Amino acid sequence: MNLTLKIYRQDGPNSKGRMETYPVTDISEHMSFLEMLDVLNEQLVNDGKEPVAFDHDCREGICGMCSLYINGEAHGPDRGVTTCQLHMRKFKDGDTIHIEPWRAAAFPIIKDLVVDRSAMDRIMNAGGFVSVNTSGNTQDANAIPIPKVDADKAFDAATCIGCGACVATCKNSSAMLFVGAKVSQLALLPQGQVERTDRVLNMVAQMDEEGFGNCTNTGACEVECPKGISLENIARLNSEFLIASLKAEKK
Amino acid sequence: MSLTGLFLITFLTLHLAINLLTLVDKDLFNEASHFMATNIGIQAMQYVLALGFIMHIGLGIVLTLQNKKARPEKYAFNKPSANSQLSSRSMIYTGLLVLVFLVLHLKDYFVELKFGDMNGFNNDYDLVVALFGMWQYTVIYVLAFIALGIHLNHGFQSAFQSLGANHSRYTPTIKKLSAIYCVVVAVGFSAIAIVHFVNS
Repeated sequence: MNLTLKIYRQDGPNSKGRMETYPVTDISEHMSFLEMLDVLNEQLVNDGKEPVAFDHDCREGICGMCSLYINGEAHGPDRGVTTCQLHMRKFKDGDTIHIEPWRAAAFPIIKDLVVDRSAMDRIMNAGGFVSVNTSGNTQDANAIPIPKVDADKAFDAATCIGCGACVATCKNSSAMLFVGAKVSQLALLPQGQVERTDRVLNMVAQMDEEGFGNCTNTGACEVECPKGISLENIARLNSEFLIASLKAEKK
Repeated sequence: MSLTGLFLITFLTLHLAINLLTLVDKDLFNEASHFMATNIGIQAMQYVLALGFIMHIGLGIVLTLQNKKARPEKYAFNKPSANSQLSSRSMIYTGLLVLVFLVLHLKDYFVELKFGDMNGFNNDYDLVVALFGMWQYTVIYVLAFIALGIHLNHGFQSAFQSLGANHSRYTPTIKKLSAIYCVVVAVGFSAIAIVHFVNS
C-alpha cells in the first residue's frame, strides 16, 4: 500500500516544530506501524536526510516505550494495543496518516516524536513502591492470604506499562489514570498497607508539581489505554486521597 | 466541583418540583412560592445556595484554566469523538451558557420578587407566567434548559466518580439515573415555559 505521512518534526528541545509530508510506497499490510516508520527512515537515510526520531524498545507491547499520536488518537485507531502492535492493515491504500508526539506541558519534546516522560518516574519515586526486607529472609508473597477479587484488581492495575497514552489523550493532559493504577496496585494488597497514606499523598503532590492537568472524568484515557486500565482506578485514587488527607498526622 | 454540583442538583430538583405546580394549580403555586419566600430556614439557605453557585462557577473556571495550561501546544490533528462524549468535554461552555441565563433569570424573577414591584402583578404566578407570553423569552429559556441538560448529563454521574464512588454494582445505576435526570430537568423546565407560552 502507498501512504502519505504527515509527521511532526522538531530538531531539538528548544527548536520550533513543523509538520512535514513524506510519501511511502509498497508498505505491506502485515507490517507494524513502527516497521513502516523504519522503512521511511531507511528512505530518508539513503537520501542523506535526517531520520525521524521515535521511541521504541521491546516491540511486543509490554515495555511502554513506544508512543505516537496517530490520526488524532494515542497509539492509533486500534483498541488495546500499543503503536508497535498496530498493524498497517488498519489503514487503507492511499490514506494520509498524521503522526504527532504526546502533547503535555509535563512531557517536553526532546526531538521529533520523542518526548521526555521522566515526570512519571518522579511520581513513582515519590511513593510508587513498597519497602521489603532484602536481607535474604524475604517472605514468600503467597504466605499472606489475599481475596481473589483484590488480587485480580491489583493485577489489572499492575498491567499499566506507563506509556503515557492516558496523558496524551486526555484533553487536560491529566495523569490520573496512570497514578490511579499505580496507587491501586499497592493499596489493594496487604504488602502495600504500611506506606498507604503517605504514598497517595506524595504521589498526588508530585503529579501536581509536574504540571499534569486535572481529571474531569471524560473517560478518554480508559478507551485509549493499550492495557485497558479501568476508570475504577481513578475513583480509587480519589477515595484513597480523600481518606489519606483526613487521616494524615500533622507534619 | 462534585460536592457543589450535587448540592446545586438538590436545589434544582426542588426548583423544578415547585415550578411544575404552575401547571397544576395557580393557588397551589402561589402558596408554595409564598412559603419559600417567608420560611426562615429557606431564607437562610439562600445564602448557602449563593455560596454554592459562586464556588461551583469559581472552581470550574480555575479548573479550566489549569487544564488549558497543562497542554500549551495543541494537536494539529485530534479526534476526541473517538474516545469521549461531547457533553463531558464541553462542561465549561454549557456551564457558561447556563451562567448567562442565570443572570437574566435572577434579574427577571429573583430581583423582581424580592426587591422589585413585581412588574405590577399582585401574585407570583402572574409574574412568572407573564414573561412566557413573549416568544423570545420562551426560546431563550428552552435553549438554556437544553444546555443545562447537557451539563447535567456529564455532571451528575461524574460527581460520584470524583468522590471516589465507583462500584460494579452501583455505578451502572448511577449512570442510568444521571441520563434520566438530565432529560427530566431539560424537558420538565422546557415544558413549563412552552405550556405557558401556548396558553398565553
